[in-house]
Amino acid sequence: MPEYRKPWYKRLYDWLERRLQLEGPIKEAVLHPVPESTASWWYVFGSASLVLLILQVVTGILLGLVYTPTGADAWNSLQVLNHGLPLGWFLRAMHGWGSNFMVAVVLIHMAQVFLFGAYKYPREFTWILGVFMLLMTLGMAFTGQVLRFDQDAYWGLGIGASIVGRIPWIGGQLVHMMLGGPIINGATLTRFFALHVFIIPGTLLAFTALHVWMVVKLGINEWPMPGRIVRRETYIQEYNELAHTDGIPFVPGAVWKDLVFSAAVIFAVVFCSAMFGPYGPKGYPDPTIINTVPKPDFFFLWIYTVLSYLPAEMETPFILIAPVVAVAILVALPLVAGIGEKSWWRRPVAVSSVMFIAVCFGVFTHLGTYTPWSPQMNAWSGAVVPVEYLQRRSPLERQGANVFQEKQCRNCHAIGALGGMRGPALDDVAARLTEDQLIRQVLLGGGNMPAYGSALTPAETTALVSFLKTLRPHYRPTASDASRQVVGQAALPPSSTMQPGGGQTAVH
Amino acid sequence: MDEKLPPPSPEEQEQRLEEERITRRTFLMNVGIALNALVTLALAVPVVAYVVGPVLRRKDYLAWVTLGNASDFKPGETTLVTYRNPFSDPWDGDTANVPAYVRCAEPGNYTVFAINCAHLGCPVRWFSESQLFMCPCHGGIYYADGSRASGPPERGLFTYESKVENGKLMINAGQLPTLRNRASAGPCPGAAVPKTPALVTRIETCPSTESRGTSASTIG
Repeated sequence: MPEYRKPWYKRLYDWLERRLQLEGPIKEAVLHPVPESTASWWYVFGSASLVLLILQVVTGILLGLVYTPTGADAWNSLQVLNHGLPLGWFLRAMHGWGSNFMVAVVLIHMAQVFLFGAYKYPREFTWILGVFMLLMTLGMAFTGQVLRFDQDAYWGLGIGASIVGRIPWIGGQLVHMMLGGPIINGATLTRFFALHVFIIPGTLLAFTALHVWMVVKLGINEWPMPGRIVRRETYIQEYNELAHTDGIPFVPGAVWKDLVFSAAVIFAVVFCSAMFGPYGPKGYPDPTIINTVPKPDFFFLWIYTVLSYLPAEMETPFILIAPVVAVAILVALPLVAGIGEKSWWRRPVAVSSVMFIAVCFGVFTHLGTYTPWSPQMNAWSGAVVPVEYLQRRSPLERQGANVFQEKQCRNCHAIGALGGMRGPALDDVAARLTEDQLIRQVLLGGGNMPAYGSALTPAETTALVSFLKTLRPHYRPTASDASRQVVGQAALPPSSTMQPGGGQTAVH
Repeated sequence: MDEKLPPPSPEEQEQRLEEERITRRTFLMNVGIALNALVTLALAVPVVAYVVGPVLRRKDYLAWVTLGNASDFKPGETTLVTYRNPFSDPWDGDTANVPAYVRCAEPGNYTVFAINCAHLGCPVRWFSESQLFMCPCHGGIYYADGSRASGPPERGLFTYESKVENGKLMINAGQLPTLRNRASAGPCPGAAVPKTPALVTRIETCPSTESRGTSASTIG
């Protein structure tokens, strides 16, 4: 067709293309042949992560039009977004849910890549870059939570500072670096703003470009088959054969599934945003409001659990060493296991590791949602004593129930399924502990219980223990001290299954 | 009419390139690289100093802050107080307000605890009825004197250096107390308390001090 007969947009395109010369490389990239087996629904998570990253950039810029990164006004500007501006709440919700979906999809992508052996030769560096991209994604999630600048953010920073402060020698300096000063305040927020808006996303985008570049250059990992061993000498040739004989062009052969899945993920983000709305901000960031129960966002709940279950002496070594070891393992993985079997049928350790990590993550996260290790700060004044525990009780026992509430025992011990879960529930304590043991436990503590000796008068102790002695189901006998019975009655209790003298060593 | 010279053979080209590598042009390019390296270095000094500024200035951050009249803190009571961070910017807003607990064990004897749990910095709450500090995050519990009672903390509550001047209770404040922060992490509370019965040695406190729990006299 002669040049002047072409429609105007084609001429515009030609004019631009003659100057940009991008058509060649782009065509080469989109039409490059990929093994047909990779046009699978299992291969859609990488592209979905990229689409979510773009969504986060766009919604983030839009929030940046309004958000005010100062300690005094950040929280207020979020209130304006939530309530003052039309659909400001929706943009916040999109950014928040987009973040959750991004972390989730990135983790699934990683598990898939691991199980399909895609990190092996020649894609080792793609995986290593991916590890750092995961860390940056988590970094974005944490710094984003800080920018919400509510009470959770404030005390979350305190937790971060306490962790950093455990680093030997330079911990104190690092805390000041992290907080931008000696204490959490406006300077801290602006530091995290710069991290969240410039430093981490800038690096993440650069890494993403390299990551995608390598995917295009090295080809999409073929579907792993048991027995098809990766060897450095032959792999490239085998892959090229696979891609050319059994291959299809990436566009449109494989890309349509990516497109459908990405659309579904974006729709899910929109749906969750519309249904559940934005995250917080929760309480106003005034540290003098100490009646707060700080909690991290969903993807950090498992850390919250781990930190409360670690024994005190394990804490610092674990916090400082475990993350380094974990990252080192992930980075070293393709260098150590860069060849060999790709198929999950022949990699039982890999499969069980993923299952183990998934189960741990699930269990720890679940525990983190209801924090059984934390005292329930309001249980002593809020949770009622079940009526049946007070009926037909002596005045002393009822007074004991009073002491039980008043001394915050309920914050850690549930009765009638209400109260803290830090200590054992006490509905059957009289069946487990004798009076002496109860007194001892109350006064001296032990296990994980503080000693109440100095907080109780003898009268209060007597009342409390007499109340505790009534706490048992009717079908269970009162706990008894076997040795005392033996001494007192010079006989075994009738319920004992022990043979008289059976505890002694026979002498022949 | 001038004749065209025959093009140089590949060997000749290679030879010319080889000469080029050590010519004036290469030298000047290297000078350019060196100049840029020098300029970058000169730029890096202020940039690094700017970024680590908060660390370089850290000793300046401590100041004596008045919490109120010492006589307002009644013996045997533990009171929640707040003070304004001595080094704050106008845009800090309410984050520059810092809470703390003042414990007056006996007249004239004041201990000021940081609000931050020694475990991971969450705000501990005081319960006067049970004479305990409880942390809402990971369940750290402390006795009234600040020593560890149970839970994940490795030590007792952080204390501020304090003094009474002209009847005013003052603390040396300005830093977030952390385990690595000598300025605010005072000595372990209750370090001078007599040895406890062996029964309660499981209740650990500061690693540097003897184990202690309740005082023996309350048991009988």
